[in-house]
Amino acid sequence: MARMNMIQAINSALDVLMDRDPDIVVMGEDVGYFGGVFRATAGLQAKYGKTRVFDTPISELGIIGVAVGMGAYGLRPVPEIQFADYIYPGLDQLVSEAARLRYRSAGEFTAPITVRSPFGGGIFGGQTHSQSPEGIFTHVAGLKTVVPSTPYDAKGLLIAAIEDNDPVIFFEPKRIYNGPFSGHYDRPAKNWSQHPDGEVPEDYYRIELGKARVVRPGADLTILAYGTMVHVAAGVIEEQGIDAELIDLRTLLPLDIETIEASVKKTGRCLVIHEATRTSGFGAELSALVQERCFYHLEAPVERVTGYDTPYPHSLEWAYFPGPVRIGEAIKKIMKD
Amino acid sequence: MSTRPNLPPLRLHVPEPKFRPGDEADFGDVPIPAAGATPRPAVDSAPAAFHDLAYGLVRVLDEKGRAVGPWDPKLSPDTLRGILRAMAKTRAFDERMYRAQRQGKTSFYMKCTGEEAIACAQAYALHRDDMCFPSYRQQGLLIARDWPLVDMMNQIYSNKGDRLAGKQLPIMYSTREGSFFSISGNLATQLPQAVGWAMASAIKGDTRIAATWCGEGSTAEGDFHSACTFASVYRAPVIICVVNNQWAISSFSGFAGAEATTFAARAIGYGIAGLRVDGNDALAVYAATEWAAERARTNQGPTLIEFFTYRAEGHSTSDDPSAYRSAQEREKWPLGDPISRLKQHLIALGEWDEERHAAMDLEVANEVKAAQKDAEKNGILGHGMHQPMSTMFQDVFETMPWHLEEQRQEMLAEAKAAGIETS
Repeated sequence: MARMNMIQAINSALDVLMDRDPDIVVMGEDVGYFGGVFRATAGLQAKYGKTRVFDTPISELGIIGVAVGMGAYGLRPVPEIQFADYIYPGLDQLVSEAARLRYRSAGEFTAPITVRSPFGGGIFGGQTHSQSPEGIFTHVAGLKTVVPSTPYDAKGLLIAAIEDNDPVIFFEPKRIYNGPFSGHYDRPAKNWSQHPDGEVPEDYYRIELGKARVVRPGADLTILAYGTMVHVAAGVIEEQGIDAELIDLRTLLPLDIETIEASVKKTGRCLVIHEATRTSGFGAELSALVQERCFYHLEAPVERVTGYDTPYPHSLEWAYFPGPVRIGEAIKKIMKD
Repeated sequence: MSTRPNLPPLRLHVPEPKFRPGDEADFGDVPIPAAGATPRPAVDSAPAAFHDLAYGLVRVLDEKGRAVGPWDPKLSPDTLRGILRAMAKTRAFDERMYRAQRQGKTSFYMKCTGEEAIACAQAYALHRDDMCFPSYRQQGLLIARDWPLVDMMNQIYSNKGDRLAGKQLPIMYSTREGSFFSISGNLATQLPQAVGWAMASAIKGDTRIAATWCGEGSTAEGDFHSACTFASVYRAPVIICVVNNQWAISSFSGFAGAEATTFAARAIGYGIAGLRVDGNDALAVYAATEWAAERARTNQGPTLIEFFTYRAEGHSTSDDPSAYRSAQEREKWPLGDPISRLKQHLIALGEWDEERHAAMDLEVANEVKAAQKDAEKNGILGHGMHQPMSTMFQDVFETMPWHLEEQRQEMLAEAKAAGIETS
């Protein structure tokens, strides 16, 4: 086992897989010689050569479009979109093309691509470096969406995503690249070296897509979260000393509904947390599913703590961020009923 | 896989810049035509007449600082001094704000060092009310238009005085009054918008034209190509400026197509006029812009100008260029520094000297310093709440729908319950 932060774990996943499978290619803006603006692809070009790890023109449309074409040839491309906020020019290629290729060709052509992209806020990135657009992708038939919350998961999930024969959107919560974040922005930053999930095997391992992780078992309340918000929720549970069951979804689509259902039926209460905007967000889907499947077990309405329905503000970032205060208030509200 | 013995295996070409960290930089093979050598066609010539200009380089200032050739805009010494001062002020502003970011007073900053001639000289060639759709490195437009520095700094600090209410990332200015469109962090999106603004101006029989800027890297975005198509189809009164500063973060211009052709030559395929210009020569920048503006104003259609220049500093405060390019490139850049070159020209004219230059540098530095002091009275990022929390919900829509109003009330109630200050 080695100590890794999330960037190193992602790098390790790419390294391990590229070594095993010569059909894997990595491409994106600044990913080659420089190794990516977050260093996730550092060293890979030197090791695997310029035709397997290369910089691209600044064209998200082009990056995803050529990845689809490479996939049609038989390669397994792992394109990087530098920030999730920049993914929109590539939407047509993802939504109309990659997502439907298997369907429209009756399985003759597929798009075994994994689009990696840092997402989420908490880094004073303003409205163009902070967004959480996962709900746009979970809404598209034919795309899988994955969000890791620890270095260990990031590596195992990325390996499973790349090996998956369908297109996967792999959103990396950049706020926790270097360490877990409790949401208390005014406290000293932690790094992964003190966290058990910063222990990452150097070799190959997979974490199957579609399997959630029970971060902490509990009896009184189920909290559903993913990415950065898993750690914020964990912090609140600890501070409040409540017996909540915290579930890290890890894969939004396909969703591990069994784990969710079993938990909510046990606890009778459910809180959904995400950083993305609220309306038509993934929390709405979660809330509907829990209501449909666990209605007669619920002791209180399902609550959502999310980003507000505004663009991500710069100066009021911490008022926007669904932090410990808002989660704490929501928990009080659910537990009151 | 099919490998026919009579055919060679195919090979993928991946561009590679000439110099990496530790390399000797030598730009000896960059073709630099002599100043004054490039012809200046009449503005009403057909675009096909400009083919050669897309592969050449419009230059006015020669090595001795003389203005030569048909592109010499013959500006008055006062105008030349005005451009020089705008460039010097822009550089001083950049230095100060870069340092402010390093001191933790804001989250982000982007300098335009080495590229000052582009925005500053262009501001002089355009009318004050011509509409600009800039990218993030044309702060010189605002400074040359004498936009208050304090106002720009308030935006950078996201403070109480920020007209954008702290909503935008630092340097993403916006001022309708300054004819300066809201800067987006997304690349090249402003290009089709500028074309649309210009089309609207033509629809209404207005006399104002539009100008827009992107980097050479951003020409890879689909927006650039859509903008060129629409500009050509409707002969929109617009100037599309491609600032080719050689580097897009760590990707050299080869990743936008520079190994195969020039960026000005993109114009040819669209049937619009294309000029390639020495971007470090303030007179050439002015002259090319004036020429393109005249074409636009007289309904001759759009012009695409490539400004050939060099990004002397990092992409932003989040970037470290020493990790991917030779540290020598900046000093070895064959087109020199725009401020030094215009200064040399003014001195050669007998309209300037070292003492006045030093005095000017001191004046602009003091002006910037005083503005910073004033701006900091309105606060710096991360130190205190400069906008009431509820302002977050303003300007999502013209009128606030129920769900936002509910979220606003909820936020205030929760903050109150937790004893958090909301304004």
